[in-house]
Amino acid sequence: MENDLSVSRLVKRFGEFTAVDDVSFDVPAGSFFSILGPSGCGKTTMLRMVAGFEEPTSGTIAIRGRDMARVAPNRRPVNLVFQHLALFPMMNVARNIAFGLERRGTPRAEIARRVERTLERVGLPGFGSKEIAQLSGGQKQRVAIARCLVLEPSVLLLDEPLGALDLKLREQMKVELKKLQAKVGTTFIYITHDQSEALVMSDAVAVMNKGRFEQVGSPQELYGDPATPFVAGFVGDSNIWEGTVRECSGQRAVIGTDEGFAFEARRRGACAPGSAVRLFLRPEAMRIEPADASGLNTFRATVKALLFDGANSRLLTVTPAEHELLVTLPQNRRFDHIRPGQEITLGWHPDSGVCFRREGGDA
Amino acid sequence: MRRARLGFWLFLAPVLAWLVLLIVLPHLDLLVMSLRSGSGSRASWTLQNYANFFGEPIYWLTFVRTAMYSVITTAITFLLAMPVAFYIAKVARVRLQGFLLTLLLLPFWVSELVRIYGWMILLRESGVVNFALLKLGLADAPVEMLYNDATMIMGLVYTSMLFMVVPLVSAVESLDDSLIEAAHDLGAGRAAIWWRIILPHCKPGITSGAIVVFMLCLGNYLTPNLMGGKNSLWFTEQIYNQFIASFNWNQGAAFGFLLLALSSAIIWIGLKITGQKLGEVAS
Repeated sequence: MENDLSVSRLVKRFGEFTAVDDVSFDVPAGSFFSILGPSGCGKTTMLRMVAGFEEPTSGTIAIRGRDMARVAPNRRPVNLVFQHLALFPMMNVARNIAFGLERRGTPRAEIARRVERTLERVGLPGFGSKEIAQLSGGQKQRVAIARCLVLEPSVLLLDEPLGALDLKLREQMKVELKKLQAKVGTTFIYITHDQSEALVMSDAVAVMNKGRFEQVGSPQELYGDPATPFVAGFVGDSNIWEGTVRECSGQRAVIGTDEGFAFEARRRGACAPGSAVRLFLRPEAMRIEPADASGLNTFRATVKALLFDGANSRLLTVTPAEHELLVTLPQNRRFDHIRPGQEITLGWHPDSGVCFRREGGDA
Repeated sequence: MRRARLGFWLFLAPVLAWLVLLIVLPHLDLLVMSLRSGSGSRASWTLQNYANFFGEPIYWLTFVRTAMYSVITTAITFLLAMPVAFYIAKVARVRLQGFLLTLLLLPFWVSELVRIYGWMILLRESGVVNFALLKLGLADAPVEMLYNDATMIMGLVYTSMLFMVVPLVSAVESLDDSLIEAAHDLGAGRAAIWWRIILPHCKPGITSGAIVVFMLCLGNYLTPNLMGGKNSLWFTEQIYNQFIASFNWNQGAAFGFLLLALSSAIIWIGLKITGQKLGEVAS
């Protein structure tokens, strides 16, 4: 498949600080690609380089096969939706959306037609004559996206555009953005520190940390098969045990945790008995009071608190060594009898836990 | 509640006293004076003083000249101040900003009179600039650079600069950088960004700066008097002549009111043309 964006060996340094450190990736045409990372990981710098606001220290950026070196932002076939949207308050909605077309010298009648069509696309028909200050947060969002989409860019860049919205609206806009992208078919590159935004909307997600890509993959891959401890810890919730490898077998290893459990789990990377590892386990991987415990890792824990949150309810449990663990509590009424203070058996399948070698003791 | 009211009036009293005693009363007296002819017991009501302004070309021509040159000065000041303000507000680093603003402010620690004499020392026939020109062989004989309209306008621009830069700096500072970047991203070049984004955003700042500079120029006496030539008559000089030279206070008072009314009218027209309201500009 043709790639809309190809980034290769991209480096950006600010003095001594390396913001983007040798990053390469390709984004296929028409896909929704997210870059997920904590603040300060270099994702915004990366986006600004693609948009043309920052000059890379080295490496190349190509859009639809065309090298973008020394191409000014106003000459690139990409458009950026800014974090705080940056709508022009001195113009009404229609003038905002027409801005880019006017710069290209599109005939007036054509501009009016395309502005109206784009407004319909983003679900705001007839909003052209409104002033920016009259719009709600979600409407501003859509105008900002419409302002870019009307130019039919090869790639649309979005810099945490949902960050300023309240929670409820953010959930709604997530779904809408995904639908909009599917409808218009433009390649979206979306930057966020919110893993749920990235997982819900994207075809592919790159997890970025300290200027590097830790892993690029589908949301399912990142969640189910994290390649590095950072990805395992950053994407979704995890329970963590520290331990040492006792023996290796195929793709699995037997780990003795520091508090004295012996667990079998999947392993990533080379396996050496005696090496320090960190074991990651999702809260939903643990089964409460399993009927058939054969082949499972089982242990006893005490319920400390019930964290009820509808479908997202959890148990806060502690092992005898006071190690806190989160366990998903399915809302099928089977576990209604569980009360704080009770001791329960927990079991999990060796394939759902993954361990990584600890580097220098921290990692 | 009543105490709060009392406090309000107590604090307002000095302002009111100042306004009434020093501004309203003298102006009322001047207004009465401008509508009278003669003095003492032979005084009578008349509009002759105002009619004189329109009847005598030298008077209204002087006013037109003064207004035109004030508009030109305002325009030149704006053209010079805009890049300066943009540099201070957006390009310069934070520590440099304060330093640059102080540099702009520094000349104002010296009185206008001294500053104008400073210019005269530089520009007169035996002055510093002519000395340099002669020494460098760029001129054979001293050039008279004082006492013409161009020098006078330069002096006025110099005097007004700060009053334009300060409102412009705060106007440019309030512009979100991402608006400029967004415009650039959407395909706008330098000219379009200035014309469509920066200038519309700064409009209130430009207007308030322009009003201040225009009024300062129109009412300036010193600079046109000292740097302008015999032919560069300024309207304030006409007023001065009536009061001091001709000792015709009634005529002088009428000219004063005409200056007030006509300059207000010009600003009103300016606001109408650019589609603004005084309240928006002042806020």
